[in-house]
Amino acid sequence: MTSSTLAPEAPAADEGRPRPGLGTAIRAYVSAVRGGDVGALPAVLGLVVLTLVFSILRPSTFTNAFNFANLINQSAALIVIAMGLVFVLLLGEIDLSAGFSAGTAASIMGIVLTRQGHPWWLAIIAGLVTGAVIGTCIGMLVARLGIPSFVVTLAAFLGLQGVLLKLIGEGGTISVRDPVLLALNNNNLPVWLGWVLFAVVVGAYAYVSLRRAAARRADGLHADAIEVVLAKVAVLAVLLGAATWYLSTERSRNPAVTSIKGVPEVIVLLVALLVLLNFLLGRTAFGRHVYAVGGNAEAARRAGINVQRVKLLCFVLCSTLAAIGGFLLASRDNSISPTTGGAETLLYAVGAAVIGGTSLFGGKGKMMDAVLGGLVIAIIINGMGLLNQPSSVVYMVTGVVLLVAASVDAISRRRAAATGRV
Amino acid sequence: MTMPSTTDAPSADPAPEALLQLRGVNKSFGAVHVLQDVDFDTYAGQVTALVGDNGAGKSTLIKGIAGIYGFDSGMYTFDGHRVTVTNPKQANALGIEVVYQDLALCDNLDIVHNLFLGREITKGGRLDEAAMERRAAETLAGLSVRTVKSIRQLVASLSGGQRQTVAIARSVIWNSRVVILDEPTAALGVAQTEQVLKLVRRLADNGLAVVLISHNLNDVFEVADNISVLYLGRMAAQVRSADVTRNQVVELITSGRSGALGLGAAALTAGPADGTEPTGPLTNAEAS
Ligand SMILES: Nc1ncnc2c1ncn2[C@@H]1O[C@H](COP(=O)(O)OP(=O)(O)O)[C@@H](O)[C@H]1O
Ligand SMILES: [Mg+2]
Repeated sequence: MTSSTLAPEAPAADEGRPRPGLGTAIRAYVSAVRGGDVGALPAVLGLVVLTLVFSILRPSTFTNAFNFANLINQSAALIVIAMGLVFVLLLGEIDLSAGFSAGTAASIMGIVLTRQGHPWWLAIIAGLVTGAVIGTCIGMLVARLGIPSFVVTLAAFLGLQGVLLKLIGEGGTISVRDPVLLALNNNNLPVWLGWVLFAVVVGAYAYVSLRRAAARRADGLHADAIEVVLAKVAVLAVLLGAATWYLSTERSRNPAVTSIKGVPEVIVLLVALLVLLNFLLGRTAFGRHVYAVGGNAEAARRAGINVQRVKLLCFVLCSTLAAIGGFLLASRDNSISPTTGGAETLLYAVGAAVIGGTSLFGGKGKMMDAVLGGLVIAIIINGMGLLNQPSSVVYMVTGVVLLVAASVDAISRRRAAATGRV
Repeated sequence: MTMPSTTDAPSADPAPEALLQLRGVNKSFGAVHVLQDVDFDTYAGQVTALVGDNGAGKSTLIKGIAGIYGFDSGMYTFDGHRVTVTNPKQANALGIEVVYQDLALCDNLDIVHNLFLGREITKGGRLDEAAMERRAAETLAGLSVRTVKSIRQLVASLSGGQRQTVAIARSVIWNSRVVILDEPTAALGVAQTEQVLKLVRRLADNGLAVVLISHNLNDVFEVADNISVLYLGRMAAQVRSADVTRNQVVELITSGRSGALGLGAAALTAGPADGTEPTGPLTNAEAS
């Protein structure tokens, strides 16, 4: 407070800022990372390293387009469940029952669809409502009664496992035969539609970020330099363009019989959820309140924020998104069983969010974390499978990766505390 | 224009009308009668220091003003009108803001976010960051705050004095009329204390009524126009700081009276209603 009190009279906002540009932006990023604000860096590095390692060890099977598409379909459910968990983790809470919420919602969906023969959309609504109800119950117990979320959701983890078993029956399965639901996490868009999607995503991103920068400049506020915005758009265009091109190549082993090419349909759902939830977290008062409650719940309460309501809504969002993840699992497996959403699903999803950069201590995280972390975990599972490693090894490796991610979280938090970046 | 005792009506001086006025307020917690017939006045454009020993009832008094709880009885007048304030929202609606001792900021959010926490400006359902950033810059400039590098930096990166500045700026951003500060300099070093006191003075110069709770009489005499002394739940005296000496204030804090100033002998021997408090005046040693 004493250091620069002699600065000339001016709005505090723009004092002593160097001319913005690409170099400045990069320097600012490097110093932020040094200060402990590592963001998505570990996940991106992890993706690059894992991809390189598996590409070298299994050049033909890992890198081919078939496996690439497969990877996306494998990780989709994980990513969506992790997206929901980000809301809860941002509060500094946990939802251990998200996996079985997914399974339970999927089983209700399956019962309405297959056993009762209702149309797919009604089944989806029933499943979503199931998720929302589960989230409401958990949220009420945590927010109103103040029971630690760890305990409430551990109870829900056990309870929902029983519900799932009861609904489906010991050793039973509910098969999914509805073409819409099967398409969800198995089919691909026509090649041309994949390119349309690519153009829409890149175009919309460029439009929104350029317009925001222009509006801020017009308002006389600090804005990213035009070079920085264009560089980000270019990077996005190159990455998505390469992926779309690769996914548009023929990947059927026997093209004469069936042709398999195009961007997986589930990408549309993932992009839509990412945009929607990003908006909710980053651009609305509710999203701001989620960060505030995670950062300092008492400060949020005194600022007039309804902390209980924010917590409740986060648990509802988490379970509802888990329900969508459950539909993706059901679509992928063509069926729902008492183990749908069970076993390691939940741990992988929590791991995905944390590996992506969402803090277990609350107050820090983004939707993109779920995507990046989900891909890291999916690549580990997929690559180890191609290396013919037994499940035992896959579990151990994934456990180590999760521990590494949590350590990065804790260490960067300490560094950030020392340099005031949180 | 000293006010020898709390029962006096406001003097006939050409003094400004009090913006916020309490008359004969009482507050008990169970059997403990914490505030007894307390009168309290704050004036627009002036700093009123609220002093008193630990347990005198300062926090209880400001919590009542801020609507954390209602007073049991007594009159609460704001801007010449009798009002009922029993929850914080009502106090905020009147323009009364409290800066609590533990600052209640979110470290993981930046300065602008903290200034508008819980009262974000939205446009069509989305946050209007530009409007908030502009208004934040204006508010800080209006307080002549030039010490933060960027209003987009995280609060975690600020010094104690800067954090206090943000907390104070938050209390004035909504055109508030009364700002109550609970020991704003307690955790600060010399230079930062000086900065915050300047800011407190500026708030009053900008026309706000400022209530400053402080244990530090140096601070009090530096910025306060008026001093109100609570003694065991009673208002011992409300005086202009120019009219009293430090020693008189110390005596008022520790024994409830100083010469002609302060509580009458009857009030002093009556003691607190629960009968558990010491009936005699505290010694200086206990007071420090
Ligand atoms: N919620 C409460 N319940 C019971 N007693 C209280 C409560 N709040 C304050 N008191 C009592 O009221 C007296 C005044 O407290 P307080 O207003 O905090 O004093 P100060 O802020 O001047 O130190 C103390 O004796 C304290 O024990
Ligand atoms: Mg107190």
